Amino acid sequence: MENLLTIMIFLPLIAGLILMVFLRGDDAAAQNNAKWLALIATLATFLTSIFLYAGFDPANTGFQFVEDRDWLLGFSYKMGVDGISVLFVLLTTFLMPLVIASCWEVKHRVKEYMIALLFLETLMLGVFCALDLVLFYLFFEAGLIPMFLIIGIWGGANRIYASFKFFLYTLLGSVLMLVAIIAMYVDSGTTDIPTLFSHEFNATPLKVLGINVLGGLQTLMWLAFFASFAVKMPMWPFHTWLPDAHVQAPTAGSVVLAAILLKMGGYGFLRFSLPMFPVASELLGPFVLWMSVIAIIYTSLVALVQTDMKKLIAYSSVAHMGFVTMGIFTANQQGIDGAIFQMISHGFISGALFLCVGVIYDRMHTREISAYGGLVNRMPGYALVFMLFTMANVGLPGTSGFVGEFLTIIGVFKVNTWIAFSATSGVVLSAAYALWLYRRVVMGDLIKESLRTITDMNLRERVIFTPLVVMTILLGVYPALILDVIGPSVGLLVENYEESISVYSHSILSFSKH
Amino acid sequence: MEILVLFSPLVGALFCGFGWRLLGENLACWIATALLFLSAVLSWILFLKFDGNTQNITIFRWIESGTLSTNWAIRFDRLTAIMFIVITTVSSLVHLYSFGYMAHDENFEEAESYKPRFFAYLSFFTFTMLALVSANNLVQMFFGWEGVGVASYLLIGFYFKKPSANAAAIKAFVVNRVGDFGFLLGIFGLYLLVDSINLNDIFQAIPDIANTKLTFLWREWNAANLIAILLFIGAMGKSAQLFLHVWLPDAMEGPTPVSALIHAATMVTAGVFLVCRMSPLLEYAPLAKNLIVFVGASTAFFAATVGLVQNDIKRVIAYSTCSQLGYMFVAAGLGAYSVAMFHLLTHAFFKAMLFLGAGSVIHAMHHEQDMRFYGGLRKKIPYTFWAMMIGTLAITGVGIPLTHFGFAGFISKDAIIESAFGAGSNFSFWILIIAACFTSFYSWRLMFMTFFGKSRSNPETYSHARESPITMLIPLGVLALGATFSGMLFLGPFFGDHQKVNKFFGITGSEIHATLPNSTNHIPQSEVITHNSPSDPTHSTVEKESLKDISGTHDRSALGEGGLFFRNDNHVIEDAHHVPTWVKLSPFIAMVLGFSLAWVFYIRDPKLPRRLSVQQKYIYRFLLNKWYFDELYDFVFVRGIKALGRLLWVRGDGNIIDGTINGIALGLIPLFTRLASKVQSGFIFHYAFGMIIGILVLISWFAIGGSSS
Repeated sequence: MENLLTIMIFLPLIAGLILMVFLRGDDAAAQNNAKWLALIATLATFLTSIFLYAGFDPANTGFQFVEDRDWLLGFSYKMGVDGISVLFVLLTTFLMPLVIASCWEVKHRVKEYMIALLFLETLMLGVFCALDLVLFYLFFEAGLIPMFLIIGIWGGANRIYASFKFFLYTLLGSVLMLVAIIAMYVDSGTTDIPTLFSHEFNATPLKVLGINVLGGLQTLMWLAFFASFAVKMPMWPFHTWLPDAHVQAPTAGSVVLAAILLKMGGYGFLRFSLPMFPVASELLGPFVLWMSVIAIIYTSLVALVQTDMKKLIAYSSVAHMGFVTMGIFTANQQGIDGAIFQMISHGFISGALFLCVGVIYDRMHTREISAYGGLVNRMPGYALVFMLFTMANVGLPGTSGFVGEFLTIIGVFKVNTWIAFSATSGVVLSAAYALWLYRRVVMGDLIKESLRTITDMNLRERVIFTPLVVMTILLGVYPALILDVIGPSVGLLVENYEESISVYSHSILSFSKH
Repeated sequence: MEILVLFSPLVGALFCGFGWRLLGENLACWIATALLFLSAVLSWILFLKFDGNTQNITIFRWIESGTLSTNWAIRFDRLTAIMFIVITTVSSLVHLYSFGYMAHDENFEEAESYKPRFFAYLSFFTFTMLALVSANNLVQMFFGWEGVGVASYLLIGFYFKKPSANAAAIKAFVVNRVGDFGFLLGIFGLYLLVDSINLNDIFQAIPDIANTKLTFLWREWNAANLIAILLFIGAMGKSAQLFLHVWLPDAMEGPTPVSALIHAATMVTAGVFLVCRMSPLLEYAPLAKNLIVFVGASTAFFAATVGLVQNDIKRVIAYSTCSQLGYMFVAAGLGAYSVAMFHLLTHAFFKAMLFLGAGSVIHAMHHEQDMRFYGGLRKKIPYTFWAMMIGTLAITGVGIPLTHFGFAGFISKDAIIESAFGAGSNFSFWILIIAACFTSFYSWRLMFMTFFGKSRSNPETYSHARESPITMLIPLGVLALGATFSGMLFLGPFFGDHQKVNKFFGITGSEIHATLPNSTNHIPQSEVITHNSPSDPTHSTVEKESLKDISGTHDRSALGEGGLFFRNDNHVIEDAHHVPTWVKLSPFIAMVLGFSLAWVFYIRDPKLPRRLSVQQKYIYRFLLNKWYFDELYDFVFVRGIKALGRLLWVRGDGNIIDGTINGIALGLIPLFTRLASKVQSGFIFHYAFGMIIGILVLISWFAIGGSSS
């Protein structure tokens, strides 16, 4: 059990390397081998993560399954999970086999596709488990590369533009984060994340370029991290790369992007911004809340007028991520619980929605909404699944989509009623765009000649959707599965946060007295 | 047993929705129906055996986060018991009715199987509706609230090939969501104030809420008023009250059994239920109560005026429903919660019957819904005619004035009108009288146009008009019994003297706790207290003082104990019994007036309506177009929001955000693109190589950065 995390993280990488080195040829048999090996590897990873889940003790708020080794250049290789990260690990391992299965029909460079996906899984798992800044940064950045390739090689017509937009946006954010990481190392002398939690970064006001910066060093570092995470989430107004990337990405790419990669931003806020720079978070929190709420309304409105299915769902993702950032920066138990729940739940729902688009894209090779209509006549099974995820996306109680939205807004209501009020209006807008999409694609009579012979989901597609359907409903009906795991860790996070804030405001008070 | 009532419709829905391929269409539908009848029988047993003590049954955990803790749990009190029988009775009858009504449907092709889907939706609806009324916390109620919304969405859009049905379905869902917006904010507010969203905790904390100021948006509000108004906005959406009513007439696109079940008897009354459920809160929120009365009365009036001129038989009944819901809200807003529930109960019977009767007419007339093509159907479909007649007698309020003999609507509607006068609300009293006159007019208009006179349909349709099958007539018969007798039968417990009402709703009655001074003080009449209070004179004085005690701690013991809550200064029902005779007579006069007018217009001089509509064409058009609400909303909201969305997308995302960022990276992207197209041609080895190089560059970058510090 000692090396469980390492085994789990590198299992896909090893499978990828095996493919790279040993698999030759590009005939049907080779393609099949590649797919099966990838599927088996991801399934094995998932199984390993089940052991992780079974052995995880929610009551223990510290890091568990910790591995600590020396690594090159005097840095250390340190891995571990706590209540906040363990579910992201499970989300990743759960979704990857489905992602692999979803690209079963791909014929173009299958081996390389599988390699890219397998490498990507390792890197994503690494992000969620890394307990060392350098390690985190490496995984975080390296994850860009396979994603960049997936969009750039297996993507749609305009893939080069999209992949570079994606790459540049995220890279620019990361450069600032790198600077902050260096500064953190300079200030604290360590890159060990648990140690950094107890390190207090200086928060006395600073003068930078003639501007008085409240919160001082903390604010600057916070902003640097924010640049990276806000792009990753993505937050308004840094979101415009996402619709393009989604539209051009192949189905598997979209699923991974929406379901897992976006969550790294939210995870980053929880792992770094809130616990390490509490004063800056408190100072800049309202600003993030407003940005989140603008994102919710703005992108919902934009989603309403989209003509491309994937773009619509991409904008809807941005709106849902707005709930996440909003929840995180309420810095109270319900808000953060809700944010994590929303991220996990959105992983299932948005993943499923992109798969839904994939199902008909595979058949008709278009994402234009106007090319469809009346699918229910020939695809009743598909209509049912799509309906379920549409409703989950809208946040219907009884599906997982509700719990996250509900908790985040209840959290933000305590902080600011204007924001809660505006965010709740997203409830109306999301119903409008999601149901209108559904109507145009699925409902109506089947008039279009091209759709006459369209077939309902096959067995493979049904098998892919089943676990997603189960999870969406299960988490909606019994959310304790998630809330029990994250609750204690989030409680600790909130407690520490409040303590730091009260110390700070105390010092401000005493400062002003003198 | 409560759990069985709640879940057997869900089981039926699952069987029917997923199991019909194995079971066969018919068997699946019968299983769902049988399970609902089971549920109905059990509900009646529960209702009749219920002793008035509120029960809480926990099923399992739901959302728990920090201090927020909610379970899936049933709160079973009198209010729930009433809703249980209304829902399960109407629903099981509608299931039965649907066997006949949905047997052949020209909206579907021969081979298409739509029946199991229909039954599954109906059963699913019933489950969520039961979940709504049995919730012991507000989030679970919201689950049911949204669940019925979805079921309604699915059923309105049941004829998915018709664009109008799809549009109506979305409209219903989205307009309801506008209401939900208020409901949700109400829940959030309550959580902030009480730190819990369980009904019991909320009820206990209400006197404190009433003394709290809450900052919401731009100003401070009295918390009780604010929360009550927010919750009422939710109720307005679900119950199609003015401004949020626009979805209900369009919802008639759904099959008629759906209209009877969802859009007449059950779902649309959820708002009234919510208001009654929150009666402890409303008792401390006078401003909200006034608003409810105002909105309810306005809706009753508005919908009745529109109903006067509609030609689609279902739309007439839809507006009538809207109007009757207004009556219920007036009663609830005045504080006569039991009267509101009374009208809810009787209305469920007679309105469901009117809809099912209309369905029977439509069935006979080959899905023609325009009354201008009806006429003379009395002889063709006699059972349907008599059923509709009973329904009409009930809704218009026929009975023997000044006695308690009459059809259901006579008793319950008059109770509301008397309460309005008794509470001193002249505005709502007169509005309701006028609306009652209109109600009578449009109801008789419907009867006369459909069943009397000469046939105006094409002769072939007329000659083919047949009475509906037995599965459709049985439900009509059962509901006819309800429409006739439910008023007389339940008068005592809902609108009798307060002891009966208190006992029925399990409100801690004076006779039970007579020895405890602080539990009798919610009884409205001081004379009663002197009758029932213990002989010890000091107790009486305590009680009399506490009568004036508004935020009193004495009220607390009764808060949330029974199905309803009346504060000790709430005498509406008692006052309603002592209104002058002319007040008691006035609804009857209004009814006769409406009937006479309808008779003049449609029997004696059938050309009169046309002449009048030409003469008064602006008023006519205004009413026919439903006060132009749809046009206004379409212009302001639908178009406005789409235009805004487009603006944000093209200008905001396109020009401003991308423009700025691309501007910065202007030189970079073309360069990268050219590079990339070169790299593209290579093998994966290049990419892998590139990847490794990338990682190495990053490591060294960092290593240098790290060591240089």
